[in-house]
Amino acid sequence: MELLYASCVGVLVSCGIFLLLRARTFPVVLGLTMISYAVNLFLFSSGRLTINKAVVLGTGADYADPLPQALVLTAIVIGFAMTAFVVILAIRGRADLGSDHVDGHLVKSAANSKEQK
Amino acid sequence: MIQHLASLPILLPMLSAVILLLPPCGKSLKARRIASSVLAVLTFFISLLLLLHVQQTGIIVYAIGDWSAPFGIVIVADMLSTLLVLLTSFLGLGTILYSSAGDDEKGSFFHPLVHFLVLGVNGAFLTGDLFNLFVFFEVLLIASYALLMHAGDKQNTRAALQYVILNLVGSSVFLIGLGILYGVLGTLNIADMAQKVPQLTGDDVFLAKAGGLLLLIVFALKGALLPLHLWLPNTYASAKPVVAALFAIMTKVGVYAILRVFTVIFGEQAGPLEYLAQTWLWWLAIATIIVGAIGVMAAQDLRKLTANLVIVSVGTLVALVALQNVNATAALLYYLVHSTLVCAALFLLADLIATQRGKVADRLVAGRAVKQPFLLGVCFIISVLTVVGMPPLSGFVGKIWILKTTLNSDQALVFWPVYLLTSFVLLVALSRAGTSLFWERKNKNSESAESANAHPLQVSVIIALLLCSPILVIFGGPISDYMIKASTQLHDISGGINAVLKGGM
Repeated sequence: MELLYASCVGVLVSCGIFLLLRARTFPVVLGLTMISYAVNLFLFSSGRLTINKAVVLGTGADYADPLPQALVLTAIVIGFAMTAFVVILAIRGRADLGSDHVDGHLVKSAANSKEQK
Repeated sequence: MIQHLASLPILLPMLSAVILLLPPCGKSLKARRIASSVLAVLTFFISLLLLLHVQQTGIIVYAIGDWSAPFGIVIVADMLSTLLVLLTSFLGLGTILYSSAGDDEKGSFFHPLVHFLVLGVNGAFLTGDLFNLFVFFEVLLIASYALLMHAGDKQNTRAALQYVILNLVGSSVFLIGLGILYGVLGTLNIADMAQKVPQLTGDDVFLAKAGGLLLLIVFALKGALLPLHLWLPNTYASAKPVVAALFAIMTKVGVYAILRVFTVIFGEQAGPLEYLAQTWLWWLAIATIIVGAIGVMAAQDLRKLTANLVIVSVGTLVALVALQNVNATAALLYYLVHSTLVCAALFLLADLIATQRGKVADRLVAGRAVKQPFLLGVCFIISVLTVVGMPPLSGFVGKIWILKTTLNSDQALVFWPVYLLTSFVLLVALSRAGTSLFWERKNKNSESAESANAHPLQVSVIIALLLCSPILVIFGGPISDYMIKASTQLHDISGGINAVLKGGM
């Protein structure tokens, strides 16, 4: 299980980094989302991967570490809000800069659109 | 009431921001300005009260919901964090007053956002728990994203997009670092971690090392340390100057986090991991100072120049963190307060100069003369003297103190030449900037377009920020005593651990 879990996190992170290094905002946002999934899985595993343990205190002899779950929950909420914000910002950037490049090649894209006309 | 004092610098800005969104303040600009200023003054006095209280009684540990540390969330108000909270509240107040002269109506929700930013920064300074440091980082970042876009144009959107993406990646790295450290240590409470790090054995040592260095990457990103500083000049120069003035505290949050984590958790008591990041910090800091100085020389306008001054000050601060002794930390605190205030003042001055020079704005070229050359010129020369560290002002005291603490260490051979040459470069660059801003005039096209005088509120905020510099010198005795006590408290790691883990209320 550890191997599967670890490779899952690893693949997500590497896909995320690959997408982050693209120049356009959409892949970058996707990459950020993938990395935040990977981070959530990783945080979850920091309480050790175990099965058949009670979630709630007092219902069994063994119980799972509750703190990573709380941490993951917080991280998910924050990650979700931040992703929403960056999506809105990317749309605004597309409208303001006339291109969805992260660097916002303002002059270049304006020149391109002139050529097209 | 008094036992809840430590939580107020976090709660009060949050309530203020909410109040400012509600009907009477949300609708009328005048009501919003007055309420915002009053609440900011209140936050400032609460912070002052907390500082005086902590100075008398020692570390206050406030367990939220009465769940004691290491399981619950604690707020730890020691002398270091309360000093920084006071600085933040003061800067927040200054920003609000300055923006009330007109900057706040150029976009929506300026006042609530400033209060949210103050909430995040205060929280980051006060928390005794690394995960909450992350949460407060996110709070201050989301407020800063919105403030960065305030009254923004196209340039602004681009800078904001890059800043947001960079910080989101930073947050992910932060969480991975926290995950590793939690997996190894089983706790994220700073005091508890400090207690458990020396007991690590075997492979856990290397995992903790990886986690700690990942945290260093994140803090270096927030603090704008060398390879990760590239976002700063663009971001600060494209933000509204009044926002940039408030942002002057944000790099200091990164420096504070480095100071706290790499002194208390991975400091002298950390057994196999002692002085984990010292070498890294030292050389990166030196390089940051050099690159910042080059940036100052190359800057084309006053705001970018000031942004690069911020980088130089971050380099200086981190070099002092790397020295890891009581005296260096005390000098660091003094320099931190001084540099934050003067950089904020310079950003605000750049705003006034840019407005009064019309089209050329604050670019360092010949242009229209400013409307109030005497007032702005005097303010400018005072801030330059402070930044460069000329005798009568606080920069000089800070500089002498820094040079004195580095004198006896063998690092002096590297630090002294770099630091002194940098000061000289700053002097040259700033004199050149002042010359072109105030003396090089183009009278050919004597534009009759008159710019208005600066609003008295704006001028008084700048003067208040600049007045702090002579105050830091005149009351140098008590203030430096305070800094030394604060840094002694920080370096007394076992005392800190005892206070947090056993003294929770």
